[in-house]
Amino acid sequence: MDFYTANWYPMGSVYYRKFDCYRMEWDLRDGFRECLVAAGPYAGTVALMRNYCAKPGRPILEIYSAAGVLLSSIPWKSGQVVHLGWTLTQDLVCIQEDGTVLIYDIFCAFKRHFSLGSEVKQNQVLEAKVFHTEYRTGIAILTGALKFTVASNIDDVKLRRLPEIPALRGPPTCWTVLFNDRVPLVLAAVGPDLYLLDNTSCTAVTLPGMSPLAGSALQMAVSFNYKYLAVFTDTGYIWMGTASLTDKLCEFSSDLRQAPKQMAWCIRPGSRNIALALMWEKLIFLVGRAREGVHFPLDEPSFIVPELDGIRIVSSSTHEFLHEIPKVTEDIFKIASMAPGALLLEAQKEYEKESQKADDYLREIKDQNHLSDAVENCIEAAGYEHAPEMQKSLLRAASFGKCFVEKYSPADFVTMCQDLRILNAIHDYQIGIPLTMTQYKQLTIQVLLDRLVLRRLYPLALKICEYLKFSDFQGVSRILAHWACYKVQQKEKSDDEIAQAINQKLGDTLGISYSEIASRACECGRTELAIKLLEYEPKSEDQVPLLLKMKRSNLALAKAIESGDTDLVYTVVTYMKNEFNRGDFFMTLQNHPVALSLYRQFCKHQEPETLKDLYNQDDNHLELGNFYVRSSYGAEKRVEGRVAELQNAVEEYNKAKSELAARATEDQIKLLRNQRALQDKVDKPYLDFSLHDTVYNLILDGMHKKAEQLYKEFKIPDKRYWWLKISALAEKEDWEELEKFSKSKKSAIGYLPFVEICMKHQNKVEAKKYIARVGIEQRVKAFLLVGDLDQAAESAIEHRNEQEMNMVLSRCASAADNTIVEKINRAKSLILKK
Amino acid sequence: MASERIDSPELPDFTILKRLARDQLIYILEQLPGKKDLFIEPDLMSPLDRIANVSILKQHEVDKLYKLEDKPIYSNCDQLCFLIRPRIKHVKFIANLVRSDKASARNRKYKIIFSPQKFYTCDMVLEQEGIFGDVTCDEWSFYLLPLDDDIISMELPEFYRDYFLEGDQRWVGTVAKALHLLNSIFGPVSKTYGIGRCSKMVFDLWRDLLEDDEHDQKDRRSDLGLVFMIDRDVDYVTPMCSQVVYEGLVDDIFRIKCGSVEFGPEVTSCDKSIKVLLNSQDKVFNEIRNEHFSNVFSFLSQKARNLQSQYDKRQGMDIRQMKTFVAQELKGLKQEHRLLSLHIGACESIMKKKTKQDFQELMKTEHSLLEGFEIRESISFIEEHINRQVSPIESLRLLCLLSITEYGLITKDYRSLKTQYLQSYGPEHLLTFSNLKRTGLLTEQAPGETLTAVENKMSKLVTDKAAGKLTDAFSSLAKKSNFRGIGKKLGLIPRVDGEYDLKTPKDMAYIFSGAYIPLSCKLMEQVLQRKGWTGLEEVTRLLNGNEFAEQLCDRNSGSQRTIVAVFLGGCTFSEISALRFLGKEAGYKFIFLTTSITNGARMLESMMETKS
Repeated sequence: MDFYTANWYPMGSVYYRKFDCYRMEWDLRDGFRECLVAAGPYAGTVALMRNYCAKPGRPILEIYSAAGVLLSSIPWKSGQVVHLGWTLTQDLVCIQEDGTVLIYDIFCAFKRHFSLGSEVKQNQVLEAKVFHTEYRTGIAILTGALKFTVASNIDDVKLRRLPEIPALRGPPTCWTVLFNDRVPLVLAAVGPDLYLLDNTSCTAVTLPGMSPLAGSALQMAVSFNYKYLAVFTDTGYIWMGTASLTDKLCEFSSDLRQAPKQMAWCIRPGSRNIALALMWEKLIFLVGRAREGVHFPLDEPSFIVPELDGIRIVSSSTHEFLHEIPKVTEDIFKIASMAPGALLLEAQKEYEKESQKADDYLREIKDQNHLSDAVENCIEAAGYEHAPEMQKSLLRAASFGKCFVEKYSPADFVTMCQDLRILNAIHDYQIGIPLTMTQYKQLTIQVLLDRLVLRRLYPLALKICEYLKFSDFQGVSRILAHWACYKVQQKEKSDDEIAQAINQKLGDTLGISYSEIASRACECGRTELAIKLLEYEPKSEDQVPLLLKMKRSNLALAKAIESGDTDLVYTVVTYMKNEFNRGDFFMTLQNHPVALSLYRQFCKHQEPETLKDLYNQDDNHLELGNFYVRSSYGAEKRVEGRVAELQNAVEEYNKAKSELAARATEDQIKLLRNQRALQDKVDKPYLDFSLHDTVYNLILDGMHKKAEQLYKEFKIPDKRYWWLKISALAEKEDWEELEKFSKSKKSAIGYLPFVEICMKHQNKVEAKKYIARVGIEQRVKAFLLVGDLDQAAESAIEHRNEQEMNMVLSRCASAADNTIVEKINRAKSLILKK
Repeated sequence: MASERIDSPELPDFTILKRLARDQLIYILEQLPGKKDLFIEPDLMSPLDRIANVSILKQHEVDKLYKLEDKPIYSNCDQLCFLIRPRIKHVKFIANLVRSDKASARNRKYKIIFSPQKFYTCDMVLEQEGIFGDVTCDEWSFYLLPLDDDIISMELPEFYRDYFLEGDQRWVGTVAKALHLLNSIFGPVSKTYGIGRCSKMVFDLWRDLLEDDEHDQKDRRSDLGLVFMIDRDVDYVTPMCSQVVYEGLVDDIFRIKCGSVEFGPEVTSCDKSIKVLLNSQDKVFNEIRNEHFSNVFSFLSQKARNLQSQYDKRQGMDIRQMKTFVAQELKGLKQEHRLLSLHIGACESIMKKKTKQDFQELMKTEHSLLEGFEIRESISFIEEHINRQVSPIESLRLLCLLSITEYGLITKDYRSLKTQYLQSYGPEHLLTFSNLKRTGLLTEQAPGETLTAVENKMSKLVTDKAAGKLTDAFSSLAKKSNFRGIGKKLGLIPRVDGEYDLKTPKDMAYIFSGAYIPLSCKLMEQVLQRKGWTGLEEVTRLLNGNEFAEQLCDRNSGSQRTIVAVFLGGCTFSEISALRFLGKEAGYKFIFLTTSITNGARMLESMMETKS
């Protein structure tokens, strides 16, 4: 490892290192000439637009992976592009001269576009910048009228026009976007002056600690985290300070006068060192707090991409990474380092050589009680290494060292191994995502998986999920769902083939929503495929809305009914009601009885007229009859109205061949009319009495003739009439009339009821009058009713009926009845003897 | 009565269900901070009372409580909260209220809490009435109310009418969710038996729910063993019989509402009514609830004597003994005394009504109907019953019992009895008869139809149904009871020589004075005994099929002797008593899960069209 530090460059006390990530796969003979270039943050893809301003011939838009592998390309057919940039979600933003912004995905598929307004269109876009805040991507425009327009979120475009810079003749020499409390500001340099533009005002600012003689700013750069700002002036002076413009961190005077092509901050999160990279045609110059900067000569034209923890340098043949060496790495690898990590690394090497020196080194670390630090350092340092061999040797050292630490928790070690495996896998040039450990941790595994999905690297994403043992729900099924959504867009394959392929792969994996996939298929215009996919969806509540969206309402209705979820059925029914004409709607309902009864329930309360139509449609005369009867008791209050409703009912009942119901209803009409006449006559409510109650009340009111008339008219059965009349008379206590009635003709109910009814009204005297006429078989009962035990016993004995005797016996309670008891017992024994 | 078998399992503690419901309600109320008036629909008042009392509601800033009635409201509160069942009627009422507030430029916040869930129709109505954006909605998932240690009610009496009459399946999912809730707290259930279309649908939905969260069902000790689901229309005979077991009688006569009953002055022997909670906490009640009424009175007088002797212990106590007596026993004795006198009062009141000759004859008629003897006499009894206007519901109940036990009424009888009924109780009952016909409770034999013809038609309909062509409504139209055949196959009518011993009964028939073993309970007994439907094919064919037996989880984690009896469409106290008896005999523990407690009167009332 003697040469390990060969690519280390000291700047003051800090070391920087530049290493190759890839030999580029692409073939760019002309370098980046006549090219618009944009590379996404976090090891993102590279977009290239060649001949972007060539008049003859069309520009070509190409998108490459970070290793220069072509992902996609299209001939550019829209207008003149001024600027390219990437969003945080890896969409390509193309800003055109006319103020139209087009968004493409990494496969050059057009996603959407929006305009920056007529003012921008009129004045044209002069320059543009794409900037990122934590969760969103924004753009800033300098128009031909020398005004700035900012949209801080391209997903929800709200344009803000910034105030004008006073007395501005030409475009600012340079400008950049800064943030004040998440509000984007523009800092612009005009000659020697600097202006800060916020929503309302334009303020002239000076940079603290910058000499007034330092000249005019030619180039400025904001750090990746928008914390720092650097300005390069025409005197070769470089100012570096905070982006809030409150503090100067350091300055540097160079002998270069020409404006650099690009400037970018090269800092490591958590480190207190700062460095700025300036790039010219053949040189990258790194400056910081140290008196001397570092020169990196360039062989070919390049561009630099600022990253969280360094800068990427992309040329036509290589892709390099320049970053500050982390403290742990420095400690371990610095020449002649005696740091615990360094010693542990040595010890492990000696151990492999089976040399006893291993023990010496180990002992030395242990003596200082630094072994666990050493292990931790080696683990951490492994994460900063790009080459697997170095990672391995550091991890080997850590693994070796941790054997000698008591109760060492292997969690860190395991996590590091896992993370490195993932990083090494995505570093492969075919994948081409050169994320560093620092970036990866910031980005999180979830976002990385999303990016892999976006790149359609489904197998790799699946492998990672499996490797990390993610639950199906979080990992595998999400990725499979994405895969399936992509699959349904493959136009060349048949519906059956795709549906089957998807089902085969997805099966019943937990958390897969077939409806989402079907929805995507539907968006692509593949309705049949969508329906096939929906068959696999177990949740009806997800199937139904989509089926409706595809206008398959009959199928939706069937599914809804099958699900047993009435809410779903109602959803479909409402849809059909609005979409279908009434006839078709009713027809469909008739074919689905479950839906029909549900809809009827709804109509009963909300649309009674519809209910009638439904029955009509179905020729359901019986129900129509019932419907009219119901409404004769419901809404309609006037007698004429009620009669009319009932007449309708009679008609329907006749159609339904339900004579009984028709007759009963006709009777009711007759009764209603009678009742109304009565009500008018005697000023007593008769309406809504039943026939029985009507006649009963007539008798109570003494209108015997009328009662008699109704009895005949409605053919009231004799039995009922007798019961009714004697009850009413007894209630009225009209005993005379009762007796008269009893003698009018032979009773249809016998005479026991007379006794009963009198007793009910506690009239023993009257009751006794009828006993003689009670039939022999019921006479005992009658005597018992009036409480004449003696007589009851007599007649029971007379009948020689044991059951009757027992009945009498059971009533004998008091001592006074003893004689009766004896009498009966005697009679009983007599019967027995015989 | 037989004492508990030693090997019968313990009942799980269902009070947690109440706590869950209460916590959720409080959470919902707190979502609307500040003072608010709460309008409660009448049907939810009693259940709510069992969950959260007024002081709890007040603690969560409920200012005034109102009953939601169909009349204008007078509230000055700026926030109105409505606690309702998801019915269109109520939603429309609220909509009118909101609109009239709007018209008078009154600005208030409205929140509707649907219990146990909201239906899509509610949203539809809110939208049609144009107030969708003016109200916020919430769901109070209060599915299960434990009425007693072994009875859980969903308190959804409308389930019966909605499903069995209107063919409206909206509550089916609700029951499935309720079962799922029960299963997730006390389960898992290992096996489910069932009979009836509704049971099958509930089971299918429930199984879907189970599959959705299968992964967290493992390795739990279960308090539940088996589930047995039954549709009310499988057994219409039982609820149509007069109840003679004490708890059932109290329900028939005084109407037990949500586990409590209001005894009027005739029982309390003072001038005001007393509300009594009837459950196993009531020591006196607990001992007589399952007894045949003829035993209750003697039991109570025995109890009274015991009580007296305990009081008498006081004599000859010294001061210290007296002190402990007052401190420890007196309160309990007093409580028992109070309850005892109440139940004695109730008994007297029942006796007064039941010892009349009418009642004896009513029982005689019911028994002959069940046994199928002296049908003509029974018919004339019913006719007289109608003519004398004894009671519209009783008359109807007898008519239904006649119809179900006799494969429907022959045309002549049907017409004459129906005409009589209409004359007696009013022609609006035309609709009642139409409804009864649709549910199959009271049907007319098609002319010339013999039993075999009916059976042939039945089996044809069953196959048609399999093809999905027949609706519930239609199938019940054609539904003819096969009570005689089933009764014979299952031995529902016990043949006893001499008097049936009601004091120490030997089968479940005691709940109907030894005349009849309830079909629903007999079915459960048979299936549990046979561990399935094998051997009952003939019976299930006569019952229209739709029986099922499904294994849900392989491990027999819980006791197989704890059985959840699920009644879809309501269950009667007689059935509960019968199964409690079976449980004691066979060492099962039954838990009753029902959509509501029902009886003949409630079922028939729900068939009537209210005049509104």
